[in-house]
Amino acid sequence: MAGPLVLEQVRLTLGDHTLLTIDATVAPGEVLTVMGPSGSGKSSLLAFIAGFLDPAFAAEGRILLEGVDLTGLPAERRRIGLLFQDPMLFPHLSVAGNLLFGVPRDAPDRRARVAVALAQAGLEGLGTRDPATLSGGQKARVALMRLLLSEPCAVLLDEPFSKLDAALKGEVRSYVFDRLKERGLPGLLVTHDEADARAAGGPIVRI
Amino acid sequence: MRLATTLLAAFTAASLAIGAACAADPDPKAWDAVTATAKGQTVYFNAWGGDTGINDYIAWAGGEVEKRYGVKVVHVKLTDTADAVSRVLAEKTAGTNEGGSVDLIWINGANFASMKGKGLLLGNAWAEALPSFKGTDADHNPSVRSDFTVPVEGQETPWGKAQLVFAYDTEKTKDVPKSIPALLAWAKANPGRFTYPLPPDFTGVTFLKQALLELAADKAPLNGPVDKADFAKVTAPLWAFLDELHPALWHQGKTFPANYPDMRHLLADNEVGVTFAFNPSDASAGIAKGELPKTVRTYVLDKGTIGNVHFVAVPFNAKAKAGAMVLANFLLSPEAQARKADPKVWGDPSVLAVGNLAAEDKARFDALELGIATLKPAELGAPVPEPHPSWVDALVKEWQKRYAGT
Amino acid sequence: MSPWARLIPVFAVTTLAGPVIVGLLFVLLPAFGYLPALGGRSVTLDPWRQLLAEPGVWRGAVVSLAAGMVTGAVSLAITGLFLAGFHGGRAFEAMRRLVSPLLAVPHAAAALGLSLLIAPSGLFFRAMAAFGLGSDRPPDLLTVHDPWGLAMMAGLIVKEVPFLMLMSIAALPQIEAPIRLAVARTLGYRPVTAWLKTVAPVLYPLIRLPVLAVIAYSSSVVDVAVILGPTNPPPLSVAVLRWQSDPDLSARFLAAAGALLQLGITALALGLWLLAERLVANLSKQWMESGDRGRHDLWLRSVGGFGIALIAMSAIFSFLCLALWSLASSWRYPEPWPNPLTVSNWFQVLPSTIEPLISTLQIGAVSTALSFAIVVAALEHELRAGRPAGAWAMRLLYLPLVVPPVAFLFGLAVAAEVLGVTPSLLLVTLGHIMFVLPYVYLSLSEPYRRLDPRWSQIALTLGVAPWRAFLAVRLPLLLAPCLTAIAVGFAVSVGQYLVTQLLGAGRVATLTTEAVALASGGERRVIGVWALVQTVLPAVAFGLAIGIPRLVWRNRRAMLDTH
Repeated sequence: MAGPLVLEQVRLTLGDHTLLTIDATVAPGEVLTVMGPSGSGKSSLLAFIAGFLDPAFAAEGRILLEGVDLTGLPAERRRIGLLFQDPMLFPHLSVAGNLLFGVPRDAPDRRARVAVALAQAGLEGLGTRDPATLSGGQKARVALMRLLLSEPCAVLLDEPFSKLDAALKGEVRSYVFDRLKERGLPGLLVTHDEADARAAGGPIVRI
Repeated sequence: MRLATTLLAAFTAASLAIGAACAADPDPKAWDAVTATAKGQTVYFNAWGGDTGINDYIAWAGGEVEKRYGVKVVHVKLTDTADAVSRVLAEKTAGTNEGGSVDLIWINGANFASMKGKGLLLGNAWAEALPSFKGTDADHNPSVRSDFTVPVEGQETPWGKAQLVFAYDTEKTKDVPKSIPALLAWAKANPGRFTYPLPPDFTGVTFLKQALLELAADKAPLNGPVDKADFAKVTAPLWAFLDELHPALWHQGKTFPANYPDMRHLLADNEVGVTFAFNPSDASAGIAKGELPKTVRTYVLDKGTIGNVHFVAVPFNAKAKAGAMVLANFLLSPEAQARKADPKVWGDPSVLAVGNLAAEDKARFDALELGIATLKPAELGAPVPEPHPSWVDALVKEWQKRYAGT
Repeated sequence: MSPWARLIPVFAVTTLAGPVIVGLLFVLLPAFGYLPALGGRSVTLDPWRQLLAEPGVWRGAVVSLAAGMVTGAVSLAITGLFLAGFHGGRAFEAMRRLVSPLLAVPHAAAALGLSLLIAPSGLFFRAMAAFGLGSDRPPDLLTVHDPWGLAMMAGLIVKEVPFLMLMSIAALPQIEAPIRLAVARTLGYRPVTAWLKTVAPVLYPLIRLPVLAVIAYSSSVVDVAVILGPTNPPPLSVAVLRWQSDPDLSARFLAAAGALLQLGITALALGLWLLAERLVANLSKQWMESGDRGRHDLWLRSVGGFGIALIAMSAIFSFLCLALWSLASSWRYPEPWPNPLTVSNWFQVLPSTIEPLISTLQIGAVSTALSFAIVVAALEHELRAGRPAGAWAMRLLYLPLVVPPVAFLFGLAVAAEVLGVTPSLLLVTLGHIMFVLPYVYLSLSEPYRRLDPRWSQIALTLGVAPWRAFLAVRLPLLLAPCLTAIAVGFAVSVGQYLVTQLLGAGRVATLTTEAVALASGGERRVIGVWALVQTVLPAVAFGLAIGIPRLVWRNRRAMLDTH
């Protein structure tokens, strides 16, 4: 299932000002870290890869995932997952509802998969809970499980650990990277925290 | 031979067409056929909707007609009858000769003259052929055959009578003016205690006519069309009267009540001392409803007050002609007329010749309590007849020229 | 993007601008004597000569003009001063909650209540009499129907201040008011002056369109004018409405000319206002640079507080008036309250309210539902195209609110007659959409746009199709704003008078048309019942808009907190 994520001569411009250029290949199970100061366009890069770049920006270059050119493909068909700074659990659905949302429509055993995911994340019995009642660490785990249940071929991480307090950070970080490695997914991490980059353990690109 | 055949064919076709057109209008002489056609129809009864008591009565009549004849009645509440007249006129101009939006219209005076003159009403003297019409004893009561001096010719059914009466609270006001000049003196002595509805409201216009009829030196021109008279000369005393009256009116004549129910409220709250209405039982109706204090009484002017008959008519292009006729017939029936004359309901006097009715119907009227504030027919006196309807427009226009926007 | 989606902006344009343009066209031609269907086959100036000769036209036009500008100015002043003086304080939320329900009350009901309150025989003067300040006669004061329309302006201000306040509060987050205020206050400016000098100039452009809508509405309103405005002569819009139903057909041309004059008066009011804006901008520049830190601060604050308090009190006591009258059997001056209280009025009147109530509900439900669908489609389209609605789109949205309805609706009625379209519930409903849609849009656009785009992005990255993301994520998250927008739209539909009268040719009876008909001559007890019934419908709608989200999200804390 997993293949490499290729960023081929990608260039993001705002007006006539080039924000960033990047040319890289991310192997399955590897996490590429992109580091740079605020406003350098890191989040826009992720938006471009995921398929919703703000029209104010212009982009050149291609994105290939498992050899398939993603240019022109709408976001929902790219099979690329996205983890934001905030867990972004849908507040109107229960925990199980959030996870169910991630499971593909035509999967044969949706609820069973959700149960398994809850168990794997150490959250059995919390399925019917209101997401707002979960702790920060629990929310982060649910967000990641939801993403993984959608069977992505690559994962983008937009500074997902920056809002966690120091104690949680390390725990959640290792949890996320372990799961990614387990499934052999190529990942792209955007951050300004050196510790994140070290934990990712992959190549680092600075812009 | 060919010419004869062609002419015969044309004649047959024409007579069939005319026959078809005539056949389309229900004939009240064949009343059973009319009620049969009327069943299931909806009659849009366009009637002034400014008085809740009247609206309730119309609702009752509609309910009865639905129960007995299966005819549904929708009361289209008008602020001004002219609205409905203009709608029928617009329909005629647009060529809508059938299926019009107005089925029955509460009407008299200038509006009737306008509709009759422009050919907007159902013809064939249908009104006199209604079963209930016999009760009016029209031969001995010519007032039901003439609408503001314009001959009715069976194009509208009489519905009720009106006569201008004045009302006052005997507890708050001790002496009342009994003539128009006396009214002027009284108003000056009691500033802000009198007013009249804003023309072209029909009660307001009636006040103007009443004043004109009493003040005019020569009353003969008023019975004929206004364009044949020297308008300025005839109406001069009226404008002189109003010029002196207005500063002494309620709110110095800067605003006028909209209609007679509004004036009734003013009397109820003691904002004015004397009001008037076109319905002799209006004050009693007000007392019965608790709006007016029990000490209110009515009176007429020494020289008599204007009276008239009001009617209902069917437009030429009405969709539910049979239903309209059924409703008109019911409105003219002794049962409906007696209920209408009951001050607890509306208090509008009946157009039926009560003396000629069958004993059971006569009893209905005899049992009516006309109310403590209602004058008996003898006390009302003979009504002063209305002037020619063409005077209304002219009076309104001149009044607006002089007093609107001052 | 699907080709259907591209049609949405076109559709919205047609819904809003189309009828206005058609209506104005069918007023323009008859105004110059050309309308073959009614016998006018040549272009002449006769209608204008007639118009100028009509008694009271100039007074009526001046009153309309004054009403527009005074209502706009006073409403803006009270709103601004109240926000300046109390924003962020404890009194603010309380006052806001007190005054916001006024948005739901139909204009006619509010005007009826006010008329019962301030009339010489109204509750106010009866209360004065009870305290020994009156006599056994109502005072000879011309309050309701005063010749210069002050009562009418008061009735309008009571409704427009909550509207402007809502628009201002919605716009405030865009301008970072707290930061500006903080800067000014640290420079020594007292709070009200700080607000007026730093926040107001930036806020005003954002609420300019609503202010212009207030001015346009006030200069051409009909129902409030009939209930509270001068009668002799009436404001221009009322006169035009009367000419439109004159039995003499030639008056149609006069009415068309009058409608164009009304258009001119409204345009003049708006034009004068825009000029005044420039003038005020110039004058205030000097004031701003003068370094005056707030000599009049307390006074300004008092005016704002007093204004809002007066409005709140008027609203409460008007409502009380309506309620008391609805429960009265006999209540003559100077009794301060009806004795005995009776429920019989309600039993007597309610049956006759059923049919108009049903019509009102039908028209309201359909027009609001359709407007909501169009608005949501347009907003979603905006979002997906990535282009927010431009300035022209906003101006288009306000078109039916700024062009005097009495002008273009008359034209539409003429067009309908000429084309043989019969007045019907359907036609009236379509007409309502023109007025409901802008308010639904105004109510929903901010929350819609401000919804965190990441919610949809997450849904898309999880492989969910865009339409499912819309239905399963965006709409549920926006449940409360959607219900509020629907309630606002429904309230606007319930309160419509002129559309129903003209397009329904008087045959479609709604709660509002019946209530306005009762204003002249109707018994006050009956008026009380009708006005309250008229108010109940939007109140229920708003109640549902608040209650349903509470119910649906009772186990979802985050949903309850943010909304």
